Amino acid sequence: MLNASLKELAARLSAGKLSSVDLTGEFLKRIKALNPRLNAFITVDEAASLAEARAADALRAAGRATPLTGIPIAWKDIFCTRGWLTTCGSKILSNFVSPYDAHVVERLKAAGTVSLGKTNMDEFAMGSSNETSFYGPVKNPWDERAVPGGSSGGSAAAVAARLAPAATGTDTGGSIRQPAALCGISGIKPTYGVVSRYGMIAFASSLDQGGPMAKSAEDLAWLLNAMAGFDQRDSTSLNREPEDDGRDLERPLTGLRIGLPREYFAEGLAADVAKAVDVAIAECRKLGATTVEVSLPKTRLSVPAYYVLAPAEASSNLARFDGVRYGYRAPRYSDLMDMYRKTRAEGFGAEVKRRILIGTYVLSHGYYDAYYLQAQKLRRLIADDFRKAFEACDVIMGPTSPTTAFNLGERTADPVQMYLSDIYTIAVNLAGLPGMSIPCGFGDKGRPVGLQIVGNYFAEAKMLNVAHRYQKATDWHLRLPPNI
Amino acid sequence: MQWEIVIGLETHAQLSTRSKIFSGAATAFGAAPNVQACAVDIALPGVLPVLNGAAVEKAIRFGLAVGGQVSRRSVFARKNYFYPDLPKGYQISQYELPIVVGGSIAIRVGDAEKTVRLTRAHLEEDAGKSLHEDFHGMTGIDLNRAGTPLLEIVSEPDLRSASEAVAYAKALHSLVRWIGICDGNMQEGSFRCDANVSVRPKGSDTLGTRCEIKNLNSFRFLEHAINFEARRQIEILEDGGRIELETRLYDPDRDETRSMRSKEEAHDYRYFPDPDLLPLEVSEAWIEEVRRSLPELPEAKRARYVAEYGLPAYDAAMLTASQEMAVFFEDTLKHLPGEPKLVANWLMGELSAWLNRSGLELAASPIRPAQLAGLLARVKDLTLSGKMAKEVFEAMMAGEGEADAIIAARGLKQISDTGAIEKIVDEVLAANPKSVEEFRAGKENAFNSLVGQVMKATRGKANPQQVNEILKRKLGG
Amino acid sequence: MALSLEDVHRIAYLARIAVQDAEARQVLGQLQGIFGLIEEMQAVDTAGIAPMAHAQDVTQRLREDRVAETDQHPLFQSVAPQVEAGLYLVPKVIE
Repeated sequence: MLNASLKELAARLSAGKLSSVDLTGEFLKRIKALNPRLNAFITVDEAASLAEARAADALRAAGRATPLTGIPIAWKDIFCTRGWLTTCGSKILSNFVSPYDAHVVERLKAAGTVSLGKTNMDEFAMGSSNETSFYGPVKNPWDERAVPGGSSGGSAAAVAARLAPAATGTDTGGSIRQPAALCGISGIKPTYGVVSRYGMIAFASSLDQGGPMAKSAEDLAWLLNAMAGFDQRDSTSLNREPEDDGRDLERPLTGLRIGLPREYFAEGLAADVAKAVDVAIAECRKLGATTVEVSLPKTRLSVPAYYVLAPAEASSNLARFDGVRYGYRAPRYSDLMDMYRKTRAEGFGAEVKRRILIGTYVLSHGYYDAYYLQAQKLRRLIADDFRKAFEACDVIMGPTSPTTAFNLGERTADPVQMYLSDIYTIAVNLAGLPGMSIPCGFGDKGRPVGLQIVGNYFAEAKMLNVAHRYQKATDWHLRLPPNI
Repeated sequence: MQWEIVIGLETHAQLSTRSKIFSGAATAFGAAPNVQACAVDIALPGVLPVLNGAAVEKAIRFGLAVGGQVSRRSVFARKNYFYPDLPKGYQISQYELPIVVGGSIAIRVGDAEKTVRLTRAHLEEDAGKSLHEDFHGMTGIDLNRAGTPLLEIVSEPDLRSASEAVAYAKALHSLVRWIGICDGNMQEGSFRCDANVSVRPKGSDTLGTRCEIKNLNSFRFLEHAINFEARRQIEILEDGGRIELETRLYDPDRDETRSMRSKEEAHDYRYFPDPDLLPLEVSEAWIEEVRRSLPELPEAKRARYVAEYGLPAYDAAMLTASQEMAVFFEDTLKHLPGEPKLVANWLMGELSAWLNRSGLELAASPIRPAQLAGLLARVKDLTLSGKMAKEVFEAMMAGEGEADAIIAARGLKQISDTGAIEKIVDEVLAANPKSVEEFRAGKENAFNSLVGQVMKATRGKANPQQVNEILKRKLGG
Repeated sequence: MALSLEDVHRIAYLARIAVQDAEARQVLGQLQGIFGLIEEMQAVDTAGIAPMAHAQDVTQRLREDRVAETDQHPLFQSVAPQVEAGLYLVPKVIE
């Protein structure tokens, strides 16, 4: 059952061979056994999960089930879930029981999914290793000395260790794709505006996008269909006709043009990752695709542009955490100013504070044009690079991350090195394009390698098609971590 | 040295929408604390703003009414600062690209007319309220007002005295109510002014350092605060001092302005376009639709009253000072066609005076246009003398009913029957031979005494004009 | 442009984050490193390029002016640090 796809689970639930209560109970048991080691979950509430499972079974008994009814999933702790602690990995929200559900939570709940718990994450999604969480780092199920990646590291580790059949994540600069790569699972960040951001705690509003994380492209398609859709409460939500992102899963890859950006295979890419990605691309050619070299010349510059825009938006988005209406308030203070400053100094971790300071600086008087405006102009150039590249290809492929999972503590002292580990994922967010990562082998240390697939705007169905055909021809996505 | 005061006003008009500018919470005034503060208003983690179309429509109305340019594309920005009544830690406002650019307001001070230029008008959200009553030495925060739509209207520094500033504020206040975008309730804070005041030597064309005065929620406070502030600045300058650029608070209890210490710290609002909101586009078609729905505006009305009704400019200005006044005038005139001056005189005279004495707005007047027209019809057909009309008017205001009913009940019908008046005049002449003799000897006073006798004999009901004529005729022979 | 210790204190104050001197010095070193990376942007000639604020070229959708929310303040205030009589309490605000 650990490797059963959502489709298979749904079929068994539908046939009455399995109840949601049993299925949910099974995963809760695994969480109980393995979470102490992995720290993938911040909050687990067995009673609440089982109550949801019972409700799902009742719904099915009443003949009102959808295909996802009774399927348990884990929520990244950035999604507001009514009645559940919603911490965003931060001390400042360590006592925040959300009074409402995010749009995505509402949608999946309406489809009948069961909440397995809230997964660990880098604080406010700021990090690439899950080490900035107030709740401690998550361990990579493939090697517990290694980080799971971030910021959706808890979700990635939970799916990799089969503590959940699937999970949700969010991706501002690679936070779904990079941990998916480092933990050997599949994850997709849709086109900006496809998944509502309402109730997803904001990091950088113009870049944040939620998406599913699962074992396979097929599972991603199932979940994305349920998550995506117009939401009138999010002004940036796109009002498009609903579409089935799984409609092209089986389409052959014959004639598919894969663009390989020169800059993604250049200096800085670890040899073992390069090798695995090359083999994967060769496999795609075997499946009928052709490859063409493209260029994304501003790849390196996407990192500084991102580290201006994202912190600028974050510095403003995180101003609401002031100890007045919810969340942590410093216990001792002399006056209002002191209350603000201590609450935020004590409530936020070092990385979040760093980014708030960067953002405050780049927006402050006299620096706006040189930093913020310049970064927005670069953003335009970066989007233009992709537009040109997509004139020559249907999807772009390359590594998700320059290296496999690094060791815990290895990069914490050097933020710049940490930031550069997102070099292949960041530009996709700046352009607002959809991107995904699927497992494509292992590096020298036996740690997973991710293959990144970037599509044109609204090309999720095509990307999932490519990934699915690849996964039908390979079994990397079905490999289980050894000690799990 | 002669000093000149230079004033520009920033006015916040709450737009009269049902729901807030970025959320579906109600905007009604006076609710219990925080019951109208929804998830968006209290800035729960993860919530997002969506723009209220009615707020935009009202901003367009304003732009068209002041002859400004309605921007086809405008942008919402975040103004970042920490304050407990600002839940998000930023206010959503418009910065570089406001919805209305330019425009002007015509004002009258005494007999002088003046055009005050507007810099811009932009949409933004209101903040909540801090309640400073003592909660164990703490402040209470009510976020019901947070997110109420505001139109911030910024004037050029075109005003030169407190009375001009008041005239401008009143004209603006009248206009926003006239076009139905703001209820103008100043006690409830629906219409608030901040004044930027500076002084300079008369004849100079450079601006002095200004101070911004906040908390001016009545026309009287506005006038007092500007006068106080100008005096304060002049005194400092005359003593050789310098004016500090600062925000000052008007304290009505002491009738003075004082520095706001909490606002003294250097501000750096870190404006940037709000990534949660997209650029606002207003189509030409929408602008035209709004233009068609606008009522006739005060200036157009004023010109029409002069041209069409032959009213003096002063009357036209008074009658268009508020929409209620203009509507009252026009409705009364509908019942009494051809008598614009009579209606104007009564509306500006008796009715306004009565309402003033009673502290009532025109909207609360005990009589409506139809009733006033009923009274004036009896003045017009000479049933009532001026004096009698005033008596009937007082009775109507006291709630005694329609003019005709009061006239009948009090037997107030004026005697305009020539025969009847002649008969009484003959009697009076016969009874007062001495007065007749005096008159003939050239004593004009004697004539007035005879008129008085006739009026007394008719208990004031004789038509005074006719009494005069008949007496003159009989005496002059 | 080199970030100074004074800058760190200024922006920390603007951001309402208390920092002690020793911490500020450490943060300064990290921020200088990050700004070293950020400064790479300045080499790009962006004259004539329109800034890109949003991923999609779409305009603001408008909401109908309708009251759609009901009073939930007891629920919202159940997670508040300090409330009384329906009000959020904060240390005294001095104007």
